[in-house]
Amino acid sequence: MNDFIAQLLEITQYTFLRRGLAVGMLVTLCAALLGVTLVLRHYSMIGDGLSHIGFGALAVAAAFQWAPLPVALPAVMLSAFLLLHDGKGARKLRGDAAVAIFSTSCLALGVLILSFRGGSNVDLMNYMFGSILSLTQNDLWLSLALSAVVLPGFLWFFHRIFSLTFDPSFARATGVKTQAYQLFTAGLTALTVVLGMRMMGTLLISSLMIFPALIAMRVCKSFRGVAVCAALVAAACFVIGFVLSCTVRRGLPTGATIVVTNLCAFGIFAVAGRIRWRNRTHCGD
Amino acid sequence: MQGQLPVLECRALCLGYERREVLHELSFVLREGERLCVLGENGTGKSTLLLALLGLKRPTKGEIIYGADSARRQIGYLPQQLAVQQDFPARAVEVVRSGFLGAMGPKAWYTREQRARAGEIMAQLGVAELADRCFRELSGGQQRRVLLARALCATRRLLLLDEPEAGLDPIAAKELAQLIRALHKDKGIAVIQVSHEVESALDGADYVLHLTRGAFEGDRFFGTAEEYRASPLGQDYMMNCRAGRQAARRVEYE
Repeated sequence: MNDFIAQLLEITQYTFLRRGLAVGMLVTLCAALLGVTLVLRHYSMIGDGLSHIGFGALAVAAAFQWAPLPVALPAVMLSAFLLLHDGKGARKLRGDAAVAIFSTSCLALGVLILSFRGGSNVDLMNYMFGSILSLTQNDLWLSLALSAVVLPGFLWFFHRIFSLTFDPSFARATGVKTQAYQLFTAGLTALTVVLGMRMMGTLLISSLMIFPALIAMRVCKSFRGVAVCAALVAAACFVIGFVLSCTVRRGLPTGATIVVTNLCAFGIFAVAGRIRWRNRTHCGD
Repeated sequence: MQGQLPVLECRALCLGYERREVLHELSFVLREGERLCVLGENGTGKSTLLLALLGLKRPTKGEIIYGADSARRQIGYLPQQLAVQQDFPARAVEVVRSGFLGAMGPKAWYTREQRARAGEIMAQLGVAELADRCFRELSGGQQRRVLLARALCATRRLLLLDEPEAGLDPIAAKELAQLIRALHKDKGIAVIQVSHEVESALDGADYVLHLTRGAFEGDRFFGTAEEYRASPLGQDYMMNCRAGRQAARRVEYE
């Protein structure tokens, strides 16, 4: 444990690592909270889909030598609105099928564009698997802004988000503006994905959203409990994964290390949940 | 009854989808403490009417007027069946309190009075000791009561019940019906109830709206429960239902 803290302190001496830690922590917390409603509304794959779309957008930006974020952000946000929106237009192609078709197409187009441009494989690898080295000061500001909206917003609208997730038609009937909340979560999800995919990579960012909620649901049975637990677990897994990836010899890929840490936590919580709920029916947490 | 304040009024209400009109010019008034029973087979527009009353579907023509101070937000709605997924984390009390959302305005948390009232309502419905249980681990009858408690948090005047007895065993269904009747009598809450169980729904109903596949005035019945029992449509329907139940019972025995 002392070793771990010593290593953490050592990491914070490097500017780029400090920045990675800060951005990662903020994005992780936002992703975990948003993930709770996404997972419970059966939109687990939305993060994955959005990141593929983001990949396509980044490829286009790279091909034309544009700045990555101003291209990727609007593109991913627009897709998020289209995919999470329950309106009339989405009736023909919806849910997981829509996400799958849309996102794989964008991924494929992105790969094609990158290969036409004759770009190096390093770019491709960076986008696919992420790299904490690629985080900039801009990312830090953006992630601060994102968490300034998501964290207080989640607290403030907590009960509404619960009602909306639990029984959307009742929520609408009692006057909750479900459409507005949906667009709001879609926008924030898009922002989280774009920020997170620089660090975690296209292929792994969705795990930041899905794992914490699923881990928390093993042990907690109330909505509030799940939200709190998801945030705590996500933060812990992120720090452990981050430190491991920086300190193990030669350096492990950060995104993958964090996902595997989450996977271990899932296993531990699944066993703990079994034990906890074996004889009890109450959800006092 | 005439002295009571109207809770809900439909004026020449027309409802429909793109091609098909479901209801044409329906008009009625429901006053405090009255009970309207909506009957009809599947596909006759009962659910569409409910959606419109809840404000989830816009009328193609006509209007729905809610009583003096009860905006749309004051309707307590008990959905027919809630497809809650297997592992949705929610305590019963969290579900009940969410009924207050319409009255919360821009505030973020429930007030102390609201929490206390949620507790009272749960005690009245006999689910107080289930408050900390997980919603999905409750039995069908318990879930229905918790949802009814949520509906009561949302209103003091008008309850909208969509087949409250569906999917419950006969004993639980009877208990729930008694509970609803008591609420309606003691508190003067107006009730609109969609039902397939004709006999129990008619018992204590002031008005009956029977919808058929036609959309027009002549296709449906609207009147008091006595008038309905005496009408050809009512007698026919009640007989069919009884025959249907007997047939079902016969199948069960065999």
